[in-house]
Amino acid sequence: MKPVSRPQDEVDIELIVNGEAVRTRSPARRLLVDLLRDELDLTATHIGCEHGICGACTVLIDGQAARSCITLAVTVDGCAVTTLEGLADDPDMKEMQQSFAEHHALQCGFCTPGFLMTLAGVNRCDGATDERIRELISGNLCRCTGYQHIVEAVRAAWDARSERPSPGS
Amino acid sequence: MKPPKFAYVRPASIEEAIGFVGDGDRFAKVIAGGQSLVPMMNFRLARPELLVDLRCVPGLSGARIAGRRIDVGAMTIQRELELADDVHALCPLLRAALVHVGHQPTRNRGTVGGSLVHADPAAELPAVALALDGEMIARGPSGSRTIKAENFYLGPYTSALADDEILVEVRFSMPAGTRTGFIEFARRAGDFALGGVAAALCLDHDVTTIEDARIAAFGVGSTPLRLRAVEDALRGGSLGAPPIEPAARVGAEEISPIASHGVSESYRRRLIAALLRRVLKEMID
Repeated sequence: MKPVSRPQDEVDIELIVNGEAVRTRSPARRLLVDLLRDELDLTATHIGCEHGICGACTVLIDGQAARSCITLAVTVDGCAVTTLEGLADDPDMKEMQQSFAEHHALQCGFCTPGFLMTLAGVNRCDGATDERIRELISGNLCRCTGYQHIVEAVRAAWDARSERPSPGS
Repeated sequence: MKPPKFAYVRPASIEEAIGFVGDGDRFAKVIAGGQSLVPMMNFRLARPELLVDLRCVPGLSGARIAGRRIDVGAMTIQRELELADDVHALCPLLRAALVHVGHQPTRNRGTVGGSLVHADPAAELPAVALALDGEMIARGPSGSRTIKAENFYLGPYTSALADDEILVEVRFSMPAGTRTGFIEFARRAGDFALGGVAAALCLDHDVTTIEDARIAAFGVGSTPLRLRAVEDALRGGSLGAPPIEPAARVGAEEISPIASHGVSESYRRRLIAALLRRVLKEMID
């Protein structure tokens, strides 16, 4: 990230989105979620509350889960952003999505991408208790499921992942 | 639900940043992690004309341990401080409080300095700064000054920083023999607390007597509060028969809570007494 030496209403930014370089001129006021959805057509990232409460807009910024509705696009200049589209072929993600389907962990599905991205930000899932899972997803709101089925889906996917030998070991 | 128009600058040095914050021509705000500021701008509760992003200012990130003191750069990411094992080994209070700050995805962006300066009366870190005899290092056009945490909070969302000053560091003290404790009550994980306590007890060499106490409450007033009467009740108390009951009782009397979020004044008084009882018992057992 380079300095921007004079105050500007629009800033040239460069970032990596799902592995591809993106260069764009962004209004200072543009939210990251609007850059993703409106300019890059990446509509898996949902806009729910727009003030950082519901978690529907969760993406990974440099590998860490973050809320794209309370992140200005100009502040991720130079960062790598991953949306759910970027993990479409990721085996762990596919397994988690399958587990959500099997455990009825979604009904309307609006919140689901946010849950999946919060979970995608977790590197170590072995030995996670239900309490830990509940704490982790406490920043994502779901109005359909009552959460129990989501906890069960995560539990099942993580148990399966923990039982597999990790690649490289 | 989008921020109004504003200009943006990302200075390369703290001097430049201070120049932009204090130029007086337009209403400027520092943006650190943005996890409190951007929601307020989305709601248009905050309408800065210029945002001064500190991301390219060197030297503002990271925690350093200096003897019994922890110096934390203002731009240190909350989650990084939460995960710092050396900090936790010296002072468990920081991790204990940080896990209650927002949610993991907001802690991945939110900064320590940002939360301290935002001065939300229900926030955890300002109370921690009070309990750990925190010192805020502010930089302005004429250099640095140190503001004691207990003089830093003037009102809701209002700190003692001048318009042309930027918080660059916070220093937490952990004298030998200190035990810390943290507790809060919120309706759901990640919600702002209805009340909470950050506490530090300084014990004597033989671990028999409470020599000093620094007890801070949050969520029960317009700023985080040192509970002086509670501290007086605890000071000199023996660990064999700790004065927990009297401390909890004066704590309930000492605060001046207001009714909000459907929670009455008397509820908050009883809540603080219950939280004091629990956290002190946990620290002394």
